[in-house]
Amino acid sequence: MPFIPHTEEDVAEMLASVGVADIEALFDEIPADLRCAGLAGIPAGESEMAVTRRAHELAAQDGYYLNFIGAGAYEHHIPAAVWQLVGRGEYYTAYTPYQAEASQGTLQLIYEYQTMMTRLTGLDVANASLYDGATALGEAVLMAVRAGKGDVRRVLLPATVHPRYRAVAQAMVRHQGIELVSVPYDPETGVTRPEDLPDGAAAALVIPQPNYFGMLEPVDALTDWAHDRGMLAIALVNPVSLALLKAPGDWGQKGADLCVGDGQPLGIPLSSGGPYFGFMACRQALVRQMPGRIVGATVDRDGRRGYVLTLQAREQHIRRAKATSNICSNQGLMVAAATIHMALLGPQGLRDVALASHANSRALLDRLTAIPNVRRAFAGPFFHEAAIRIDGDPGTVLRALRAQGILGGQPLGGDYPGLADAILVCATETKTDEDLDRYAQQLERILSKRREAPPCAYKS
Amino acid sequence: MLIFEHSRPGRRAGAQAPAAAPAADDLPAALLRAGLPGLPEVSELDAVRHYTRLSQKNFAIDSQFYPLGSCTMKYNPRACHGLAMLPQFLARHPLADADTGQGFLAALHELQDMLKAVTGMAAVSMAPMAGAQGEFAGVAMIRAWHDARGDAARTEIIVPDAAHGTNPATATMCGYTVREIPTDRDGNVDLDALRAAVGPQTAGLMLTNPSTLGVFEQAIVEILAIVHAAGGLAYYDGANLNAILGRVRPGDMGFDVIHMNLHKTFSTPHGGGGPGAGPVGVSERLKPFLPIPYVIEERGFHRWAEEADCPHSIGRLSAFGGNMGVLLRAWVYARLLGRDGMRRVADHAALNASYLAAELQKAGFDLAFPRRRASHEFIVTLKRLKEQTGVSAMDFAKRLLDYGFHAPTTYFPMLVPECLLIEPTETESKATLDAFVAAMARVKAEAESDPDLVKGAPHGLPVGRLDDVKAARELDLAWK
Repeated sequence: MPFIPHTEEDVAEMLASVGVADIEALFDEIPADLRCAGLAGIPAGESEMAVTRRAHELAAQDGYYLNFIGAGAYEHHIPAAVWQLVGRGEYYTAYTPYQAEASQGTLQLIYEYQTMMTRLTGLDVANASLYDGATALGEAVLMAVRAGKGDVRRVLLPATVHPRYRAVAQAMVRHQGIELVSVPYDPETGVTRPEDLPDGAAAALVIPQPNYFGMLEPVDALTDWAHDRGMLAIALVNPVSLALLKAPGDWGQKGADLCVGDGQPLGIPLSSGGPYFGFMACRQALVRQMPGRIVGATVDRDGRRGYVLTLQAREQHIRRAKATSNICSNQGLMVAAATIHMALLGPQGLRDVALASHANSRALLDRLTAIPNVRRAFAGPFFHEAAIRIDGDPGTVLRALRAQGILGGQPLGGDYPGLADAILVCATETKTDEDLDRYAQQLERILSKRREAPPCAYKS
Repeated sequence: MLIFEHSRPGRRAGAQAPAAAPAADDLPAALLRAGLPGLPEVSELDAVRHYTRLSQKNFAIDSQFYPLGSCTMKYNPRACHGLAMLPQFLARHPLADADTGQGFLAALHELQDMLKAVTGMAAVSMAPMAGAQGEFAGVAMIRAWHDARGDAARTEIIVPDAAHGTNPATATMCGYTVREIPTDRDGNVDLDALRAAVGPQTAGLMLTNPSTLGVFEQAIVEILAIVHAAGGLAYYDGANLNAILGRVRPGDMGFDVIHMNLHKTFSTPHGGGGPGAGPVGVSERLKPFLPIPYVIEERGFHRWAEEADCPHSIGRLSAFGGNMGVLLRAWVYARLLGRDGMRRVADHAALNASYLAAELQKAGFDLAFPRRRASHEFIVTLKRLKEQTGVSAMDFAKRLLDYGFHAPTTYFPMLVPECLLIEPTETESKATLDAFVAAMARVKAEAESDPDLVKGAPHGLPVGRLDDVKAARELDLAWK
């Protein structure tokens, strides 16, 4: 029996100890008319060999593509050591470190992670992680409202924030009477201008850097604008970009108050969308409003340094209906990967990843905009992705690129009607000059409607 | 030592980063970071050795029996990990078109169908990334259902006092107030209190069954009838679904909406605190409100159902649809077990719990609900021992660590004094359970003969008893 060690003799001895005749008797408190005879809708079990074969077939069916999609999930090289270490049973099969003395490995690792995140973000404290970047944004909105004693239930959320993040934040906060106010972007530059921000009280302004279009927002001016009006500034950032870009704690005169984002670029595979992890850092004064687990250093009876989960009075298992959030888990294993990833890359390595990604995306944009009728959607600086406009339907063009094994980017028209001819393209450090050439050549060929033989290379 | 203490200026792991790239001379200086971030500078061997050594300071299922009640710490099969980590699955971008992911989506669709069958619900969405997020989705659907009918008077969610803290916290996040109802002396929901609590203000009831007290709610049909008669909906917290797999289904009990914890029942790893996965299942009437995305099949083609397919959905719970890697692990597990293997899960989880409860009772421990059948877990109360010796459940738990056993869950549920909530799971052998009973008996004997030894535990771990109060009073959350 898979994963069940009992011999028939064991079962007999155990039933005798309990004082029942058979296993059926162990379920005798369940009303008889509710019991089911079995699970007819579920297939019979298979051997590990058979399931392995099936999984390999499905994976092979999906194959590999040359990927230029970013839009919130980024392909980076992950050092081999990262997932070999994370896969160790001591990390993989441990529980939440409630028994601190038996969990010093996980706890110290999270403490190191929190330290790394404070250094990347330039803020005082970080929590042990949330589910993903989008839910981290939702939690930041709730936290900002709480920090203002709940009096102002309105938060400014620019249209340059990832559309999925806005949808998730909306789903998370709508039941608590919190209004998310959209802010339009400048159609020339694709960023939020302070002069377009609305009047009226708000608990916070969300500032994405880079924004969904890959563009760099005027973060200093936006942070100061928020602070001048008594709002908190919530930074929403890509962690890899922080090796190159100004830390949120240094934005404007006083720095952002809160910083969130998705940790996926730090050693987490794309994996069709998850698991990733959300990170959150903030100023010391806000720490008691933070959701999620937090690890703190302390000492044992002999004065030896050790680590524990702390400030648990904020959390659901203690505070119940009055908790800062209902979140129970953190994405522990993903945080382990990110911590080891950051340790292996180090400050210069992470900066090199950011620089190489930036350089590759510039090179890609140069090649693409050299194609007739392909131009950038927005003028201005960008980090490692940017939107292009093409003379044609992005859906058709992207389909033709897919037939050549290329994922050409994320079409923007579905979320931004004014950008129906635009595609968001990304090139990280994983792309070679040959990759960039291949994309540019195929795009040019498709747009010029030249056809390679044989024409049946296209899927419809 | 911290990784930062291994750091030496200028040291690099080297092979991991790309070759030096040109400067970002096109970016405005005002947007750039002044210096490098303060990350550790270590070699590859430094990092590998440091994180290997750190791992060795953890208890884990792979090395210790971990009878943590309510958490279902059972063996995490290696095949699940290996197959979820196939390179094509890892490389797939979440926004890649469905035609590039038919293999992956077919696996998820199979899992979605199996979860429907195992719970008896009409439809399932695997979007929630954890049990608590599944609860949020479930209660949000309850709210959406009442809203859709124009019934705005329902402001309360009823929760038993023994419930997980996530239940009341979730109700709050969904804009509801919480009404707690008591438990009777045999561990069942107090029916009279429930009857008194329901009314036109009742939006729904959240219930775990078997409950967090490790017993099956025998009057479940009546409980649901009371809630439904008042116009409320019934939410099944699937934390303990593993106890009843193939024996009774939440859908057949009459629940309207449920969540499952795949990191419990379907043996995906706990990973030191996550990631998990908390799929939700619904009855027919709540189907329109399911969170997106979920997998749909049209003439053999699989794709995600999105906003346009589900205009009444409660919306998105994550940027990209959920913890896909966790779902793949659960798919492998479900395929390995099949229908008979799933039933064996409940059978042997129940057998191990009942056996362990019987043996501990014979060894002189008090069961909190001695007249009840243990489900997959049960509660020992150390109230008598505490009165006699001063040794608390916390002390007792710490001393068990010295004997190489992870402690049971302590002080939950809070209504049982000095409680140890013990869940052995089906993957442990009789020999392991016997060794645990012997360790429990030994700690009890120590408590009676030398209570200070137990109160000072642990003695044999990398650190002794840690000072939680100091940690909270003198916050040190990052190394300086």
